Amino acid sequence: MNATLNFPVKGTFARGVHPADGKGLAADRPIEVLPAVSQIVIALQQHTGAPCQAVVVPKQQVRLGEKIGDAEAFISAPVHAAVNGVVGRQSVVTLPNARHVKMIPITAEGEQLEGRALYDEVLGGEWPIEKLEEWTPQAIAERVRDAGIVGLGGAAFPTSVKLVRNEKKPVDVLLLNGCECEPYLTADCRIMIEAARGIVAGARIAAKACGAKDIVVAIENNKPQAIEAMKTAAEGTPVQVAAVETKYPMGGEKQTVLAVTGRIIPTGGLPLDVGVVVINVGTALAVARAILRDGNLTHRVVTVTGAGVHTPKNLLVPVGATYRALIECCGGLLPNAARIVSGGPMMGFTVGSLDVPVTKGTSGILALTDQDVRTSEETQCIRCGRCVDVCPLNLIPTRLALAARQKEWDVAKRYHLMACMECGCCAYACPAGIPLVQLIRMGKVQMPRK
Amino acid sequence: MVEQNDNRAVYEVACSPHAREEINTAGIMLDVLIALIPLVLAGFFVFGVAALRQILYAVLSAWVAESLFNWMRGKPFSLKDGSAAITGVILALSLPATAPWYVAVLGAVVGIGIGKAIFGGLGYNLFNPAMVGRAFVMIAFPSLMGASAYVLPNSTVDALTSATPLTLLKMEGVLTGLRALFLGTTNGSIGETSALACLIGGIYLCMRRTASWQIPVAMLGTMAAVSALAVSFNLLDVLRELAAGAALFGAFFIATDPVTSPVTPKGRWVFGVIVGLFVMVLRKLSGYPEGVMFAVLLANAVTPLINRWTIPTPVGGPVPVRK
Ligand code: SF4
Ligand code: SF4
Repeated sequence: MNATLNFPVKGTFARGVHPADGKGLAADRPIEVLPAVSQIVIALQQHTGAPCQAVVVPKQQVRLGEKIGDAEAFISAPVHAAVNGVVGRQSVVTLPNARHVKMIPITAEGEQLEGRALYDEVLGGEWPIEKLEEWTPQAIAERVRDAGIVGLGGAAFPTSVKLVRNEKKPVDVLLLNGCECEPYLTADCRIMIEAARGIVAGARIAAKACGAKDIVVAIENNKPQAIEAMKTAAEGTPVQVAAVETKYPMGGEKQTVLAVTGRIIPTGGLPLDVGVVVINVGTALAVARAILRDGNLTHRVVTVTGAGVHTPKNLLVPVGATYRALIECCGGLLPNAARIVSGGPMMGFTVGSLDVPVTKGTSGILALTDQDVRTSEETQCIRCGRCVDVCPLNLIPTRLALAARQKEWDVAKRYHLMACMECGCCAYACPAGIPLVQLIRMGKVQMPRK
Repeated sequence: MVEQNDNRAVYEVACSPHAREEINTAGIMLDVLIALIPLVLAGFFVFGVAALRQILYAVLSAWVAESLFNWMRGKPFSLKDGSAAITGVILALSLPATAPWYVAVLGAVVGIGIGKAIFGGLGYNLFNPAMVGRAFVMIAFPSLMGASAYVLPNSTVDALTSATPLTLLKMEGVLTGLRALFLGTTNGSIGETSALACLIGGIYLCMRRTASWQIPVAMLGTMAAVSALAVSFNLLDVLRELAAGAALFGAFFIATDPVTSPVTPKGRWVFGVIVGLFVMVLRKLSGYPEGVMFAVLLANAVTPLINRWTIPTPVGGPVPVRK
């Protein structure tokens, strides 16, 4: 299968956990288009990096895809209107990651692109890449930036930064991340099934930009349909499909790169340091749309799921629609919904209210019940070592957490506190119910830097 | 059933992860108790009701002591995590069936009190509480705990009429048959006589990941190696060394106590090797026929150092120093 790759694919990494996957709730539900909404809220910082400044004024008419905010900084990405409408007064919104950021509201007005037409624009149809000849790598990266594309897997890192060529760090592998290792989430799985050709086209465009020779799509082997669809779409192209073990956090950059290429990203480093660029499959699709259809990143697929929601669905929604609108489209919440999570259950952030806007990084909205959350009384650490046995980075979570709690910074440092990627495996496995990740996160913030 | 409850103004806010494995401390402790069942049964078959009586005394006293110390320290009652019961059972299993009731009671109270409570309770103790209790009664009542205490020449219980296998070997050079050692029809502490029972319980523990497999493997491997190289290069002798006395009981149930053994994977190997070495040194060079208890306590003492020396390197190397 991987005959043309220059390295063997091991397909796994050491340690990690196997949480109940909950994907059955939404995996077989084809992507639906969210009915047109009356208002959206565009946060001016939806990505890792510098915030945008508004380039529109209140009461200004804007068209779908029109730029409404931009920044000068290298690590940033502009934001665009996701509906036709009128700009309102700038204000502040709190995002699920607890950041207060400036936002621009837009009230929808006039004809909207909706229903089947919207689906076809973002996901459907053919994706011929003949036009790619005319694009230089530089031009692709610039266009990707202009289209506001950031990582759609959740971290929302500006994609153009990854695609820009770096003389000192040549890239030979483009890795498409279709692992979707977070339980419950099925958005990536659905787009691989429904828009496989678009993803393959986007991958080839991105590979041209960053100069990668090998293009591999990594998919966990619990998504046979997606693997099939991607293989079919990749036939006759340089794109390879690698099925990897279903294990959390396979979708973490360090783990995917290790499982597929066998290369180890240095602590504190980037995939680029080992010659790899990793982009999410949804991001690849956005790249294809930007180059081949001249569309900016205005919409994304979000999984709305969990035992606390009436009808779980995968929805194609405008960036800026509220969580409330999405949940209403899924029949509302059930009375037992206790915790609303943005993202997946392992690394997602809880939201206190439903009036939060979808951002470019929103991969899912999860309504968990008390049963799912299983809050238990915290007991003493019995040093059972289960957290150690699951840490994908080979850390000693119990030591990190207790040192952070006690503020013993020399101990924390000796045990490599800053290397932790907050994947949550340790807290998931801890029988004593110790909030290991919370303590570690606190410690990282409080530890004096020298 | 469509119900809108977004009139709930605020939803729970919490740190990730929002999922937990179905497992808790009490479950782990219960696992240990389950694994101890074969040992208790073997003790009952060999020593009769005396074995059960000893366990009852020790567990009850452990419970009382735990409650008492918690009450004195103003802590909530912690019996439901099961750790006090484990201390009680393991202590009882490490005593001779012949010991009078107050040996078990004192051992349990001292084990819980000095071994655990004064360090701050479960999770903070440096030494294995059951072994602290046993060490105390061994020093306090040498005549009730020494080699001769194990023997009741006129007993109706067969096993009690001769000395323990290790004493026989040490004092008289008499070898006990492997078969007897394996099934446990020999004299000894209640829980240690049957190698078979220890293996069943121990392997269950390791397979459930409740005990780390590295420690027993390292400890028994070290004992086997020392025995083969320094004592007798004969497979039967090596097996006898492992099957006699408290080696298996200690390897699977005492040395693996998670609280008092290292938490790093490499550290567990080192710990097992240290215990194994000490056991052999004490068995061969000291006046005592058996050395598991002291070996475990000694290794417990160096556990913090072992942890420190065996911190694993993160995948991707150490955190780079910021300039
Ligand atoms: S899993 Fe929990 S109880 Fe076990 S060692 Fe780690 S922190 Fe302690
Ligand atoms: S959150 Fe950190 S310490 Fe815990 S398992 Fe993940 S990387 Fe290891």
